[in-house]
Amino acid sequence: MPKSLISIHDFSKEEMLHILDVASEMEKNKSQKILDGKVVACLFFEPSTRTRLSFETAANRLGARVIGFSDVGNTSISKGESLKDTIKMVSNYVDIIVMRHPLEGAARYASEVSNLPVVNAGDGANQHPSQTLLDMYSIRQSQGRLDGLTINMVGDLKYGRTVHSLLQAMSHFDPSFVFTAPAELQMPMEYKQFLTERGIAYRETTSLNEHLNDCDILYMTRVQQERFSDPMEYEKVKDVYRLDASMLGGVRSNMKILHPLPRINEISLDVDDTPYAYYFKQAENGMYVRMAIIACLLGYR
Amino acid sequence: MTTTARQLIVNAIENGTVLDHIPSENLFKVVDILNLAESQNQITIGSNLESKSFGRKGIIKVADRYFEDNELNRIALVAPQATINIIKDYKVIEKHKISIPEEVFGIGKCANPMCVTNHQKIATRFKTIVEGDRINLLCHFCEKTTNIINL
Repeated sequence: MPKSLISIHDFSKEEMLHILDVASEMEKNKSQKILDGKVVACLFFEPSTRTRLSFETAANRLGARVIGFSDVGNTSISKGESLKDTIKMVSNYVDIIVMRHPLEGAARYASEVSNLPVVNAGDGANQHPSQTLLDMYSIRQSQGRLDGLTINMVGDLKYGRTVHSLLQAMSHFDPSFVFTAPAELQMPMEYKQFLTERGIAYRETTSLNEHLNDCDILYMTRVQQERFSDPMEYEKVKDVYRLDASMLGGVRSNMKILHPLPRINEISLDVDDTPYAYYFKQAENGMYVRMAIIACLLGYR
Repeated sequence: MTTTARQLIVNAIENGTVLDHIPSENLFKVVDILNLAESQNQITIGSNLESKSFGRKGIIKVADRYFEDNELNRIALVAPQATINIIKDYKVIEKHKISIPEEVFGIGKCANPMCVTNHQKIATRFKTIVEGDRINLLCHFCEKTTNIINL
């Protein structure tokens, strides 16, 4: 097991499956005080309420205490302290560091500056590996397997880091993909090449309806305004896909809809009550997966 | 003075290292990477010299200094075709091509404006990815690829 979780590429297939197995143990036993007396730092250099609460709850459920900050406004970083100094300082206090940072590569750097395990809770548009693992956990839980599934990724496939990481992680499990995106936001060439090199099939479409009925997982994403430099480009594509319950008449009975949340308009509220909605369960799973990540990196599983 | 009959545009050195076939446009990048500005050795630099195979080339002659391979491989990114000549007593006693290292440290700048190395005092680190005659650099930190032209 690597010392830190920075990029999904650092973990082998076996290591990913181990985390998923531990997560399912955590789901069966939601409070275990195995980290009694430990301190977890949650350093959020940019705000992310959902991810932070999920990590903090995970640490608390394992019996650890949590310190940290949820944005840099009240910290010495706003006085100009370097990332290195902040990490060095915190490393003296705690047992493991969970961090989110707007700059890409910040978590990798922190893991090299610190002698402690570091969990990357998102570094800009680069990596967010706990999201990838919780997506995999939700896929396995809802389908009973990871192998041989058809995954339809919808929305911003150009800038969306969650779809890029999930695509690479799932490539170990003989998947086939559908990429549903407007012309401006299509899956970048490098990822399609990655699949071609591995003999993994993919189809591309601009129509959400085209492949609704022949996929096992419908992975919806939000078009994130913060990733666009040009506001005009954002306006053109922000509401391009809207899934509502009336579109789900012919889908496979096992089909499940995932979404990293928060959603804006891409999934209408009436989908929530269908048997296909899985995104709230997915968010809950995030906590078990993060419990597993912390426990594994600290050597308790 | 010289042991060769043809006339040299840049004077020969008695002992030392000659770096030949450097692209003229990257000549001074090589000077920077090898930190020659700080060197106390006698150095002659020729730019825009005629070359049969390259059109125009740059050349650097450093007297009384022999570089380590890992020093020279650092210039692979800007002068992948360079030739290294080891000179002793006016004769070329060793001639070799440089090779591209798997990883380079502290050279170049990541092209990703959001990369942490462009905002904090962090030495860059790249994996080199050779595709034909092109070299791409995969940033160790932000995992984005920088084209060598952007260096």
